Formats: sequence, C-alpha cells, structure tokens
Amino acid sequence: MTQVSLENLAAAVPDGALLALPPDNSLPSVALAKALARRGAKGLRLLGVPVSGFATDLLIGAGCVAEVQTSAVSLGEAGFAPRFSAAVKAGAVVIRDATCPAIHTMLQAAEKGVPFMPLRGLIGSDILAHRPDWRVVQNPLSDTPDPIVILPALQPDVAAVHAVMADEAGNVWVGRRRECATLAHASRKLLVTVERVVPGNMLEDERLAPGTISATYVEAYAVAERGAHPVALLDEYGFDAAYVAAYAKAARTEEGFRAWMDEHVFGGVVREAAE
Amino acid sequence: MSGVVQPEERLAAALARLILDPSAPPVRHIAVGAASPIPAAACWLVAKSGHPVRLSLLHKRTGNPFTEGSRELFDLTGQGRIDLFFLGGGQIDGQANINLIGTGEWPGAGVRFPGSFGSAFMYFMTPRTILFREEHSPRVLVPRVDNVSAPGVSPPEVFRRGTAQALVTGRCVFRFDPARARFTLESVHPGESVETIRAQTGFDFDAPAQVPPTPDPTAEELALLRGPVCDEMVETYPEFCARVWERKAAA
Repeated sequence: MTQVSLENLAAAVPDGALLALPPDNSLPSVALAKALARRGAKGLRLLGVPVSGFATDLLIGAGCVAEVQTSAVSLGEAGFAPRFSAAVKAGAVVIRDATCPAIHTMLQAAEKGVPFMPLRGLIGSDILAHRPDWRVVQNPLSDTPDPIVILPALQPDVAAVHAVMADEAGNVWVGRRRECATLAHASRKLLVTVERVVPGNMLEDERLAPGTISATYVEAYAVAERGAHPVALLDEYGFDAAYVAAYAKAARTEEGFRAWMDEHVFGGVVREAAE
Repeated sequence: MSGVVQPEERLAAALARLILDPSAPPVRHIAVGAASPIPAAACWLVAKSGHPVRLSLLHKRTGNPFTEGSRELFDLTGQGRIDLFFLGGGQIDGQANINLIGTGEWPGAGVRFPGSFGSAFMYFMTPRTILFREEHSPRVLVPRVDNVSAPGVSPPEVFRRGTAQALVTGRCVFRFDPARARFTLESVHPGESVETIRAQTGFDFDAPAQVPPTPDPTAEELALLRGPVCDEMVETYPEFCARVWERKAAA
C-alpha cells in the first residue's frame, strides 16, 4: 500500500507474469498498460476479467504479451481489436478461450482458497474441448446422471485496476465495480492507479466503504490522472469514442500502430530497439 | 424517416412480438448485452407498451443495474432470475449452434471473431434465447459452424433450462424446434420469399406452403419507438438513434 510513481508501478509487474485486467468500462488501468509498453515488458500472460479491450490490444501490439486468456477481445463500438486479430493470425500469441462466468468462477475459487468450483453450462462447447484443465464430473450429490464442469482456482500474479481514489490508509475506491474486489482477493498482488489521493480513511465512511478495496490487498498505487482514458471511469469521465476509433484505424497495420504508439505512448521519444 | 417504416423498426417490432409470445415461458426480466441496439429497442418497446418487465441493460452508462459487474449477470442467470437473453454469432447453423470464436481451425485460423463472451453459460441457463443477426448470408448461416461457442441442443442428462426460441435476421424470422433441432421459416421481410431465403441460407430449414410477410409495426408501435423508446436509448446508442431516428443526444 505504498505510493509509487507510475513507472515504478510498471516495474513491479515482472516479465512473464499472469496479469489480470478488467475490461473496458470496469476500471482497467490504461495508464499502467502504456507504462508497461514503455518499459518493454515481455512475455506477459494476460487474463481478461472476464473480457479484454483497449489495454490488451495495446499490450499485444507492443510485443509485451505471450498469452491471452479471455472470453473475448473487442474494442466495443470500434469493432474487432486489430493487434489481437493480427497476433492470432500470425500465431504470435497463445489464445486460451474461456466464457465470462468461467473466469469469474475460477477467481472466486482462488478467493475462497478452494482448489476448484463447479459451473453449469459449457458441456458441448468447443471451449471446453480445448481446455484440458477444465473437467466434467458427475455431480457427487446427485443420484441421477448430472454431468457438471469443474474449474480450477486461478490466482493471477498481479491484478491491475484504475480506481477513482486512494486514501491516506492506502484503501482504494472502485464504486459499484465490486467485481474488482474479487479480483483483488484472488490475486497475489494488486497494483492500482488512481485519479487522486484523498485525506482520511474511506473504510470509516458507511457510504464509501462498500465500494472500497481494503489496503490489505493493495501492494502499491500511483497517481495517474485520467488513467482509464479512453475508457470511461464511473461518473468521473466518459468513453472517448473518437480516440478509440482513431486507434482502431491506425492499428490496422503494424506501421500505423507504431506511429500511434510513438505519438500517444512514447511521447515522440524514439524507442530503444527492443526487437 | 417520416412515415416510412425503417428496417430497424420492423426488426424491433418482430422481436417484441417474440418476447411477448404467449406460448413461450413468461418474461419478467430481460438482460441485453453490448452492441445490441435493435434488441434493446425491442425490450423498451415491450416495456413502453405497458408490460411489466425488468430490463437490465449491461452497457447503460448511468444506472447500470449491477454492483458486481458482469459477474452479477451470470449469478442472476444461474439463480434463474433472467428469463430471456439475446445472442448472435459470427456463424449460426441449422441446429442453432453459435460460433463467436472464428472460422477455420481452432481458435479461428480463418477469421478470428472477438470470442464467446458469456454464451457458453447463458444459452443453457436462460429459459429462452432469441438469436439475432442482421446479416443473413451463406457465410453467416452455415450448414455447420466451424467452432461451437455454445450448442443449440444438449443430451437429456445435461442441465439446460432452454435454448433458442427463434432466429431473427435482416431477411426473415425463423422459429426453432429444439426437439427436432431444426428451424422453420415463420415470416419473411419485404422483398424476400422462400426462394430468396433458401438462396441466402447455408442450412436446410422447413417452410410452410404459405409464408406470411413479417408484419410492419403498428402506428402505436411506431409512435412508441420514435418517442419514448428513442428517449431511453439515445444516451447508450447515440449513433443508432441518430441514424434511424435522426435524433441527436443532448450535449
């Protein structure tokens, strides 16, 4: 629960880490994704909770990603995620397809510290057929045939979210997006970017406490104003559709993506030759 | 726009009739997912017509119904509290299997689609699903999907509350019979016939001797769509409301 700089927060994500990210409009830290691209992170295994958006496409395009486990990758109204699509086509990233409630369930198992949890549905889906880590068992409490899927607990190495605020005690406020709390509970460490730091302790305020993630779970946080942009952040700011549409257009090609990154992530600074 | 019925309005009215179908399980609570303006319009049309239905619009910016994100939708569905959901598909086949993964070899070596979202759960756990896809062509409506995100039917021992009630496209309405795992043509939109539908559909289906046209929305339905329904939708779907109803969102 220490406050650090954004670049130091990015340094706390080791290469190869299983990094869990919430989807667009559920508090992804785009600021941290951009910082990870600047630090030249490698081999990240991204987990979409339960789907993936702008930050994931950016990290894939930047060459930071070895694997994506998710239920979908999309830029919403701006359409398919171009760098994800290109990477799948080229075989440059491993995609492990899931379905939304399966990812929530695996995290809930980790949250509870149990080895697996069951989930209905899935039987007959090719998603299941391509997940050797997911099993179909007979419901042990039923006397009649009742096949059901069991899913292993999934503990991300790092979860990253962009919260509205942190307080003096290091608690962070995510408002109604309380699925971020499950993500925090399930993960080894939670890294948070925030719009601002406020005085006091939000857990002592009955109105703020239900939307607060306790500092118990927070490894470190950094101030990054508009750190979810271009994604919406609760009632703080809206979705920047024009920015995402411009990205989607530019990122159709590798060259276009690099030019976009140079302008919006590297700030015109020439990158080191990482490739 | 004026008096001419827009195709989107006809589709919304057709979906609303399916929602209110008295032969289907009752609808108290409908969830509508992302990028679904026409299903959302249909749901609002049902609500604004005076039917007491709860709508949970997942991508409504203000007044999002959930406090635990999308997890709550799936938990609600598991509890049996969602009666109807809409699903689409990059490919849909004649057994109502849907493919949101991609074409070609797993995991979409041809054209990769975004992914399956919650379909592999919702399709089983919702008492009924309306499949909706505006594009009606042989590349979408295929004999057999390349990859199954969620199957249309399941063996009897597999827990399943429901499946597709119907498939609505930009050309027609199909009904689905889960016992036979087969679609029947119910109505065709203006300009279409059994022959044009067969030519544009990759899977085989049944058709009665006389296939009626898909009815136009009534004057009352059109008034609701262009007034109170549009009012509800303009914040979440500004581009749709501008295109179909020439309505601009408040600045």
